[in-house]
Amino acid sequence: MKKLINKIENVITEQMEGMAAAHSSIKINLEPKYIYRSEETKKGKVVIISGGGSGHEPMHGGFVGLGMLDAACPGEVFTSPTPDQMFECAKKVENGGGVLFLVKNYTGDVMNFEMAAEMLNADGIKTQNILIDDDVAVKDSLYTAGRRGVGTTVIMEKIVGAAAEAGYDLEQCAALAKKVNSRGRSMGMALTSCIVPAAGKPNFDIDEDEIEIGVGIHGEPGRKRIPLTNADEITTILTSAILDDKAYSRPLREWDFSTNSWVEKELTSDAFKAGDQMIALVNGLGSTPVSELYTVYRKFNELCEAKNITIARNLVGSYITALDMQGCSITLVRADDEMIKLWDAPVNTAGLKM
Amino acid sequence: MVTIKQTQLIEWLKNITLVIRENKDILTALDSEIGDADHGFNMERGFNKVSEKIDELSRSQDIAMLMKNTGMTLISSIGGASGPLYGTFFMQAGAVLGDKTEITLTDLKNSIENGVKGVKDRGRASVGDKTMIDVLEPAVQSLSESVGENLSLEQALSNMVDVAKNGMKSTIDMIAKKGRASYLGERSIGHQDAGATSSYLILKALKETIN
Repeated sequence: MKKLINKIENVITEQMEGMAAAHSSIKINLEPKYIYRSEETKKGKVVIISGGGSGHEPMHGGFVGLGMLDAACPGEVFTSPTPDQMFECAKKVENGGGVLFLVKNYTGDVMNFEMAAEMLNADGIKTQNILIDDDVAVKDSLYTAGRRGVGTTVIMEKIVGAAAEAGYDLEQCAALAKKVNSRGRSMGMALTSCIVPAAGKPNFDIDEDEIEIGVGIHGEPGRKRIPLTNADEITTILTSAILDDKAYSRPLREWDFSTNSWVEKELTSDAFKAGDQMIALVNGLGSTPVSELYTVYRKFNELCEAKNITIARNLVGSYITALDMQGCSITLVRADDEMIKLWDAPVNTAGLKM
Repeated sequence: MVTIKQTQLIEWLKNITLVIRENKDILTALDSEIGDADHGFNMERGFNKVSEKIDELSRSQDIAMLMKNTGMTLISSIGGASGPLYGTFFMQAGAVLGDKTEITLTDLKNSIENGVKGVKDRGRASVGDKTMIDVLEPAVQSLSESVGENLSLEQALSNMVDVAKNGMKSTIDMIAKKGRASYLGERSIGHQDAGATSSYLILKALKETIN
């Protein structure tokens, strides 16, 4: 294993200390670990908090700042943070408008954020959890933990962060986050595996001449393993998987403030169709040069045009990564005017500035 | 009537730490086959914390507080899915014990039953999903039967561990429907579930501490 690290047990702490040293717009707390905005926000503003296992930087800590997240809770590498950490973090930044947790759909993240929301609601701080489950590589939720949360997370954090900044209340922010999730789809692929520092060896084995289609951001297996092929063909496989995905319904849990308990609500993602306008993300998984991402974008754009799908806004770069994995993911979120307007609002974070 | 004293449950917690350390590599190896290869590390981190705080935990005023404090320690130190699940197990197991400082077989059954109910509410898994529940649910069933048949505490714990072991083995042939292993679908068949294995080790440690 070759990595720019010191002691393995200090990896997360030292990266947080470096971020705080580099960006005066954020502050860090180490016991327990969280990253939060330096400047005070307007009284009554909903605070938007996310978090998850580390190893996906710049997400989430890099998206803390004006127009995006109020705070982020990093866990160990690829391991969910803990409820006490989320609780302390929310108590620190909460500003009278309630708390919205944006949670990627992984078993550990979901359970830890649910416990944190229960603790906060019991403490009199209104807290809602909205899930992101956009990875079309996972077929259904009936026999699995459901679709994983990937690229749509970045777009959701931007749009909902802007809405909170614009004065949306907790209910409106939660409804908007659900809307973004219901309109987002992603699919990724890996050229190589990734190495978790504590493990010291690749997360999975993959031959020099093979690629994994539908890989997750922790190296979870995808739909299939195929022989290495060229960028256009890979882009076509990913784009088709997203554009051909049929309407998808699943029950997702949210907090019911009238009964103070979790309820399951059905959420349906309609299939994409000609005439849709999109916000697109072509994302690198950590070790992919941006030049290759533009090669992917070239073909991806051509395929969308051919289907009469308009990419109204786009982001090309490494925003949600899997440590040092080589590979990419594509995300499309069907946008309406409200979402475009919020997308265009100012954002100033370590990882995204517009 | 033979009872379990609070001091014995403190010994149980110490023994869990030992058995988790001994089996750390096995748990991680099982998890690496169909999960994300961190179950051994995470469980060890959690129970090392319990062991570090054992003097403080020992001062808990009753068994309910001991279980609650243990659960809180696990929740704040494990992370992942195991933290909330095992944390909830201990917290809910304590919640039905009032201010008792020693418990009968019936109390133990009620306690573990409530702990397992907590795990099911949190993780929403059922028997057959290839999880901890494939060990814990039959264990509760066995304790209930033992209470019904007026078996001795020793016999009840022994029977419980036997069915827990079968439950653990039964996960080998199952398709995972929860957690990260579920993404593998049929490819998860043939591998024993890591969480079911740690649950078995925890119950086995209880039997070995008491009997």
